[in-house]
Amino acid sequence: MDPRLSVIDRRLEKIENIIAVSGGKGGIGKSIVAAASALILAKNGHRVGLLDLDFCGPCAHVILGTDKLYPEEEKGIIPPKVNGISFMSIISFTAGCPWALRGSEVSNAITELLAITQWGMLDYLFVDMPPGLGDPALDAIRLIKRMKYLLIATPSKVTLDVMKKELQVLEELNMRIIGILENMKRKENESLSSKLDGLKVSFLGSLDYDPHLEEAIGNVPELLKTGFARQLHEAVEKFI
Amino acid sequence: MHEWALAEAVIVAARQEAKKQNIKQITKVQVKIGELQQIDLDVFKFALENIQKIYDDLPLDENIIDLEVESNILKCKVCGKEWELQDLTHLKEDESEAIHFIPETAHAFMRCPGCGTPDFEIVKGRGVWIQSIEGVL
Ligand SMILES: Nc1ncnc2c1ncn2[C@@H]1O[C@H](COP(=O)(O)OP(=O)(O)O)[C@@H](O)[C@H]1O
Ligand SMILES: [Mg+2]
Ligand SMILES: [Zn+2]
Repeated sequence: MDPRLSVIDRRLEKIENIIAVSGGKGGIGKSIVAAASALILAKNGHRVGLLDLDFCGPCAHVILGTDKLYPEEEKGIIPPKVNGISFMSIISFTAGCPWALRGSEVSNAITELLAITQWGMLDYLFVDMPPGLGDPALDAIRLIKRMKYLLIATPSKVTLDVMKKELQVLEELNMRIIGILENMKRKENESLSSKLDGLKVSFLGSLDYDPHLEEAIGNVPELLKTGFARQLHEAVEKFI
Repeated sequence: MHEWALAEAVIVAARQEAKKQNIKQITKVQVKIGELQQIDLDVFKFALENIQKIYDDLPLDENIIDLEVESNILKCKVCGKEWELQDLTHLKEDESEAIHFIPETAHAFMRCPGCGTPDFEIVKGRGVWIQSIEGVL
């Protein structure tokens, strides 16, 4: 019997809202939306956490511009604070060394991290999800039962198709869906909302492709000044 | 001491399982502790003892929990080589500490001694596991 499974709910019990930022494909902006949403809400006075669950390609720390993240030990481990956010990432342990491992071991690592992390009281915990519906995504569904999904899609047919499949699986599993957020919109008069006919989920708005976003990666004050952050702020206000 | 979190997991899980099986009094809990996790047994026992005091409706005597350290075996998925991490103290301090928190981080610090791939698995001796629970119905 795996004893860790019995304490995960307790570790998360003082968190008001757990929001998974997902969407199927890689490279659609899940990490930047998760990290920037967390920063925006923290700046507005909320207690916020960010969990990078993309164990095979963690990058939330790059967006936050930090790699010196040492959790404190206290009846488990306490996430280090970065720009006011309680931040947990596997890079706190892998120390920048490249690693590769299989699904079953990723599952074990995720279970361990969830069982020992003491988040304390939070208003929001954002979970930066890995692409796809493989082991880590299924572990998140199994272990973090209260998770609500914020789905990201870009205007591309390719990402839309993958996102819709993920949505179907999540609905089948009765997971709560916050809505769909369009990212990297490039054409003024073409909204993803018109392509969501027949889906019973809210459309939360569009974030334009922002050519200046890249320069602000790793620099939180600059990141929060971008057009991307401004648009995201409006979208976040809609669903919190 | 992060052992506290794992000790709490053992106590909570044992109690849940006892309830499920209608066990009124637990007489033995066999816990395996994987060597890779390098749990300090004294710290772990101390944590167990203190956590038990919090849950006194279904008392679980410290002596009822039997801790057994399990040696580790790693196995390469590519060339099939099996090996044991003999001396964990040879690792750098931060690496050994990372493995202590999350044993899978071994994949960041070592490679198969046979073929050099990170594609190996932890077959045995990973972490904390409840082997069995015995009790009176
Ligand atoms: N609206 C946007 N405008 C410009 N670049 C963006 C936008 N959204 C995301 N990006 C960039 O796209 C890349 C992938 O984003 P990321 O958040 O890592 O995606 P995912 O987590 O879905 O793989 C990053 O370099 C990010 O800065
Ligand atoms: Mg990502
Ligand atoms: Zn090998």
